[in-house]
Amino acid sequence: MGLQAYIEERKKDKDLLVMAHVVCGYPSFEDNMQELEIMAEAGVDLVELQFPFSEPSADGPLFVKANEESLKSGTTVDQCFDFMKQASERFPFKILMMGYYNTAFKMGEDVFVQRIKASGGVGYILPDLPVEESSNLHKLSQQAGIEPIILMTPTSSDKRLATLGEASRGMVYVVARKGVTGSKTNMGDDVISLVKRCRQHTNVPMGVGFGISSKADMDFLRGTADLAIVGTAALKTWESSGAKGLKVFFAELMA
Amino acid sequence: MDIFDFSDGREGYYGEYGGVFLPEILHATIEELLTCFRECKADPTFWQDYVALLQNYSGRPTPITHLENLSRQLGGAQIYVKRDDLNHTGSHKINNVMGQGLLCQRLGKRRVIAETGAGQHGFATATMAAKFGYDCKIYMGAVDIARQRPNVFWMENLGAEVISVEDGQKTLKDAVNACMRDWVTNMADTHYILGTACGPHPFPEMVSWFQSIIGMEAREQILKQAGRLPDRVYACVGGGSNAMGIFQGFFDDDSVELIGCEAGGQGVGSYMHSARLAYDDASVGVAQGYKTYFLQNDQGNMNETHSVAAGLDYIGINPIFSYLWEQGKVRFEAATDTEVKEALKLTMRTEGLIPALESTHAFVTAIKEAPTMAKDEIILINQSGRGDKDIFTIADALDDSKWKSFIAGKADQYRTENK
Ligand SMILES: Cc1ncc(COP(=O)(O)O)c(C=O)c1O
Repeated sequence: MGLQAYIEERKKDKDLLVMAHVVCGYPSFEDNMQELEIMAEAGVDLVELQFPFSEPSADGPLFVKANEESLKSGTTVDQCFDFMKQASERFPFKILMMGYYNTAFKMGEDVFVQRIKASGGVGYILPDLPVEESSNLHKLSQQAGIEPIILMTPTSSDKRLATLGEASRGMVYVVARKGVTGSKTNMGDDVISLVKRCRQHTNVPMGVGFGISSKADMDFLRGTADLAIVGTAALKTWESSGAKGLKVFFAELMA
Repeated sequence: MDIFDFSDGREGYYGEYGGVFLPEILHATIEELLTCFRECKADPTFWQDYVALLQNYSGRPTPITHLENLSRQLGGAQIYVKRDDLNHTGSHKINNVMGQGLLCQRLGKRRVIAETGAGQHGFATATMAAKFGYDCKIYMGAVDIARQRPNVFWMENLGAEVISVEDGQKTLKDAVNACMRDWVTNMADTHYILGTACGPHPFPEMVSWFQSIIGMEAREQILKQAGRLPDRVYACVGGGSNAMGIFQGFFDDDSVELIGCEAGGQGVGSYMHSARLAYDDASVGVAQGYKTYFLQNDQGNMNETHSVAAGLDYIGINPIFSYLWEQGKVRFEAATDTEVKEALKLTMRTEGLIPALESTHAFVTAIKEAPTMAKDEIILINQSGRGDKDIFTIADALDDSKWKSFIAGKADQYRTENK
């Protein structure tokens, strides 16, 4: 089943799906596995596994630290793909690769696509790869049956959204505000109107991310978005209160 | 040769290098910048205003000096130096900064941010911001703050806020990342004044355009002063802005050999250097918004870099040079930290010049090659900056006991005052 069909299927029982995020190898792959267990139990629908990169210029302080520490402890691309394979065999949620383009460029775009496929991933998010530079990768992805996730943003003009909409497959990642990952977003009418604007240019499901941290945010997004994307808030919880805290976090978030 | 005459669909590419690899949120901002830059480049009054500003504010044109003593001592080619160290704020960085300052007025933005390594670009940006009335924030790696304190002092006193970047290697590349993070948040009122010919299009072209004033002046001056074109032109290469600046003056002169001098740090095989093209350790990758040769591992993560000169201590090289190197148009060599210290001593004692540690890399290579050339051959070195900012590093390198006891005395004085 393709990503879009999967999301539509899951949406029959729930009005708002959840996509969660872990940085591979931070604090460790064992911790990552525990986090995923908790996410699966809570009913998370989709998980992005971030492959650490040395120059994470689109990330905020917590993920910057996570990328850095993971690399310092020796995390490799092979380990990330192995982990993706284990996780995709073990859990019911679908998995996306998330990272920076150099990771894909360095191994070769065809190898990148094949390795995601072979590891059970259904797509990838490369925030520093604009559509202008994606045509070969998108073609390879289509042949392999995995999805490139396009980002739409508050600064995108309607003309730009049309271009992005044309290229979108599986789902779109709507960036709720300017800035890097991590800080709080004030969910307001502008987020609703942004998603509405994005929907005019594509029929794929809409995930909204950046700064989502609470049940209130979820309630706000219900009826507007198809998925809520939760990143930093979960890692922050894991760091401050471990497995117990993370269970409570997802239980409250998804109540 | 016009490397900026892009073919259809290849705007911003030099061979396979360059491009724009940025988060979608910056797409509109970079388009806005490109449109504004194209207007400026097409408008002759913009360039006239730019030149006038540098003449009135920064002392351009900077002269060319014949190093008669050094040439005689080496017994080979006649060495001439383009004196961009004589600019206001002490380096070529101000050329680019004044240009982008004028462009920023057209953009209608009132806040500027910049990364800095040696602090020369930050110093120039803080100076420009004070003059033009922009709010100014400078990002600088913690390691670089510690080794270039005099420039931090001036930036802060000129009214800029200097942020110590504590991520990664805490040097220039990490300061670039910090700027990107600021820019994706504040692009509505903020222009990012990138300090070298790297980063996403149009920065490599734009910075090269502003720096081309060095080469335009230099070509005319050497013809007048030496009676003919130089045989070789040397410039140090961090990101590559001063080298692009002087080389562009000679792109159409096939008899002139162009030599880029990178930071060899602790030498070949040490993995403690910043030589992307002169050594074999770099490979093609995409980071910090552009595609070029980077010092990275086989997974695409950047390696640690090193140089005694903070301004050369960087992972990537401007994409134009990756292309021109492949085409055989520019030769690349590296100078080690040790060679740099020796060349600096020689230059000070024989000529009374104090080049910045960055610029001294170009002197090293020229000094090595001059004796192998004939006495009527001509070398031109770009002295991109002056060494005042390096007083702490140089004093350490020379193990200057009088300086050390002076600093110790100052420290005692401050300690007593603070009690
Ligand atoms: C005096 C001086 N020269 C050269 C450089 C290197 O930069 P680029 O290669 O862009 O000229 C710097 C950078 O800080 C510098 O301060």
